[in-house]
Amino acid sequence: MTAIRPAGKPRARAHWLLLPAAAVLLVVFFYPLATILWRSIAEPEFGPGNYLAVLGDAVALRVVLRTLGTALIITAVTLLIAYPYAYAMTLVGRRARGLLTLLVLMPFWTSLMARNFAWYVLEQRGGVIERAFAAIGIHGVTLLGSVAGVTVAMVQVMLPFMVLPLQNAMLGIDRGLLHAAGSLGAPRPTAFLRIYLPLSMPGVLSGVSVVFIMSLGFYITPALLGTPQQALVAQVIGTRVNDLLDFPGAGALGAVLLVITLVVLALLGRVAGPVGASMTGGGDRG
Amino acid sequence: MTEPMTGIATTQVTKAYPGSERPAVDDVSLHIADGEFMTFLGPSGSGKTTMLSMIAGFTPLSAGSITVDGREISRLKPHRRDLGVVFQQYALFPHLSVARNVAFGLTQRKRPKAEIDRRVGEVLEMVGLSGVRERFPRQLSGGQQQRVALARAVAYEPRALLLDEPLAALDKRLRDQLQREIAHMHRELGMTFLFVTHDQQEALTLSDRIAVFNEGRIEQLGTPAELYERPGTLFVAQFLGESNALRLRPGEVTIVRPERVTLHTGTESVAAGQQRRSATVTDVVYVGDHSRIWLRYADGARGCAVLGAGTTHEHRPGSEVVVAWHPEHEAVVPDAEGNPK
Repeated sequence: MTAIRPAGKPRARAHWLLLPAAAVLLVVFFYPLATILWRSIAEPEFGPGNYLAVLGDAVALRVVLRTLGTALIITAVTLLIAYPYAYAMTLVGRRARGLLTLLVLMPFWTSLMARNFAWYVLEQRGGVIERAFAAIGIHGVTLLGSVAGVTVAMVQVMLPFMVLPLQNAMLGIDRGLLHAAGSLGAPRPTAFLRIYLPLSMPGVLSGVSVVFIMSLGFYITPALLGTPQQALVAQVIGTRVNDLLDFPGAGALGAVLLVITLVVLALLGRVAGPVGASMTGGGDRG
Repeated sequence: MTEPMTGIATTQVTKAYPGSERPAVDDVSLHIADGEFMTFLGPSGSGKTTMLSMIAGFTPLSAGSITVDGREISRLKPHRRDLGVVFQQYALFPHLSVARNVAFGLTQRKRPKAEIDRRVGEVLEMVGLSGVRERFPRQLSGGQQQRVALARAVAYEPRALLLDEPLAALDKRLRDQLQREIAHMHRELGMTFLFVTHDQQEALTLSDRIAVFNEGRIEQLGTPAELYERPGTLFVAQFLGESNALRLRPGEVTIVRPERVTLHTGTESVAAGQQRRSATVTDVVYVGDHSRIWLRYADGARGCAVLGAGTTHEHRPGSEVVVAWHPEHEAVVPDAEGNPK
């Protein structure tokens, strides 16, 4: 924030470097987005009709709430798994850290479809998961077609998006600070809560933002592993476009999702602001 | 020997890391008196920092015991030892203001808020930083950060203050200034200070006593003057200051400090009863308040003489001189080669 930046000419010249990216974004992102938003208010007749329909539609609202709830659960579970994992990564040697990074990045290297079908096989009736639970005496665990099944698969996909920012933030924390806290009279749990956790918050917030927002818009996983009865927003939008050819209605629902996303981002930004501002270099760079 | 009751005492403390051939700290027993300024001096890897770390509680002991005022502490967690620690890299909490950093130890001890406020004000004033209470560490210079760290470590009046190379990250001028401030704090607080450094000048300037560490053991323990004037081993003589190390008799080395020798162009001016050796001047360095004359003796040993400012001399590199000293200024130490350590 207070870093000295090169002023004047070099900075002005740098703007040109953004031109290709800006052009691509304009054509493939902002133009379609504007089209969708325009059609959502202009068709079938000009006015807020599509939005009133969405907000008045109990099913659509239930779907939006279910989507928010599912995204929240996925984010929470991912954070609970990723935090100790990332913490362990900062403690081990360089080679073990490389291995742990490899493990967490693995989902990135497998195609989305292959991964989802793998979960399909694991979660189906009579699949590996059901048989494993049956072996320890718990029968009838079929994850396929349930919110739990969708959550498990999505947490796996989301893990790297949580682990990497967390690990990045944690590697920037001087472990000497914990010694300092200890010498000042803080037992280890207190030192963790008062020093380590606050200092890792920039990583938590960026991981949470990414995972929550990506979870809101997930399409393939819930479509494949969930059920239509428990559809999420992206599936409903898909149905409206593919089956009902209701582009304006889909656009309105999409706009609602976009607004929710922006509100969440703004709220997280407000929390992150004061945390990031008091950090040394780490927070600024991250 | 009776067990000393006050101060910090270590008894046969050893730290051995698995897989290393010799212990990092090897059977170290010493007593730091109440209110004393003790320095652990030694090169890197000599065990001085490991020793401090074991006293602070960051490193577990392999063997031995540590007591503070007779109370065994070597198995206590750091937060129960009631010691203050100052780190080389300051270790201030970056997300807390200066005031909250300094208050941390007091808050942990659940002192009343009014007392915390008063005490934070007092110690910040002592280090001359009353104006920065609400700043964050990253807004301060290195010297200011280390002053805040000092204030934080003494705010809750710990039993002793441990300082782990606190000046090593600072530049020369700040280092000198903070050195004086630390000496002042020690006098003002009357607290036991344990200071770790590899800088012999720092150790000589600050300490009541110095423990010179080498390869995990205490090579010699004494006042700065004792160590400088009467080094017990060749290592101490060479680690602390310059010396003329002469092998006059087999199995021992005679140490004469540069201030104790006089240079003569012939033997006539050497007083009776003085030791003398001839040498060749290799270099003459003028340092303002004195000149340093570097010497090479006939047997190849190197040495040094210091001439005070205002001394006129004709010594040039290459000139032959007679080096003379009074026998009472000699220190005789065992030759390291004949004395495996």
